[in-house]
Amino acid sequence: MEPVLWLLFSAGGVVSALFLPVLVFLFALAVPLGWIEEPGRDRLLGLLGHPLTALVLLGICVLSLLHWAQRFRYTLFDGLRLKAHERPINVGVYALALLGSAAAAVVLWQAVAARSG
Amino acid sequence: MADTITLEVARYRPDRETEPTVEAFEVPLRRDWAVLDGLNHVKDNLDGSLSYRWSCRMGICGSCGMTVNGEPRLTCATFLVDYAPGPVRVEPLANFPVIRDLVVDIGDFMRKLPEVSPWIVRGEGTSVEEGEYLQTPEQLADYSQFSMCINCMLCYSACPVYGLDPEFVGPAAIALAQRYNLDSRDEGADVRMDLLIHPEGIWGCTFVGECTRACPKGVDPAGAIQRYKLTAALQSLKSFVLPRGPR
Repeated sequence: MEPVLWLLFSAGGVVSALFLPVLVFLFALAVPLGWIEEPGRDRLLGLLGHPLTALVLLGICVLSLLHWAQRFRYTLFDGLRLKAHERPINVGVYALALLGSAAAAVVLWQAVAARSG
Repeated sequence: MADTITLEVARYRPDRETEPTVEAFEVPLRRDWAVLDGLNHVKDNLDGSLSYRWSCRMGICGSCGMTVNGEPRLTCATFLVDYAPGPVRVEPLANFPVIRDLVVDIGDFMRKLPEVSPWIVRGEGTSVEEGEYLQTPEQLADYSQFSMCINCMLCYSACPVYGLDPEFVGPAAIALAQRYNLDSRDEGADVRMDLLIHPEGIWGCTFVGECTRACPKGVDPAGAIQRYKLTAALQSLKSFVLPRGPR
């Protein structure tokens, strides 16, 4: 199991390092502070609701969350010395990652449905 | 520049003390003196009972690793002037049991090292008449960085995972396994993988990266472990997809 989790952690590290800074810069700084023109709701929804965009964003969200799960798991094990509670921590962090992935899937699905509807 | 500098040296003499203590010594501060020269001055002139390991004085033998002002360092390559005006705290390597003063018990590392077969493993050797095993400069470059390891154990001292879990195989042993795995003359990758895919092998590493920072020879054990993880993970996937296929 560990090799698979590590591959997902590793992939999550790559995609989050490549894409999240760009997305955060665009939508948390550049657009709200008016550095670039606001794309407008319809244009943004059109982009977000395209199945390919939704799929790519879902991939980024899921892999980033799985990256977080592995990293946070080891922070708890080694940083807070909680390795004695390995099983509940493993279940907890990956359950949270899956929950977050499901939430991302729901939001993206709504965008896809809104665009096509 | 002052003429002297204070060395605060950790002392532990199990016949006299139950807990380690610190003893201060004034040693000459010379531009070309390493911390090890300061310790040798103490031993030769001030207190002959001070115990510590050293041999070559040129960063080759890996014997004189100690904790200098909280950092794992080779004391032969760590200069007193860099710590002026002092004091300089010299302690044994962290994460190892202390035998006496600055001497630590390296038995754990010495047991782990041969387990990864850090030598060239050949299935069927060729005869001497057939000549050498030839290698191109590119093939040499694949592993030469990892062959710089001098077994000084500074990486074990720096590794917080090894500090918490002494069962962890550890940075140098994994880097040395990788040194031979990447050698075109070697055929022992499968033997080493059986040991290293154990939870206390490569998967024990959480990529803190302190081992690479501590290495005095520019080896990158953290990089070696991550590369090995990728190899092992892909191997695991392959054996999952093709359970009866060749390894």
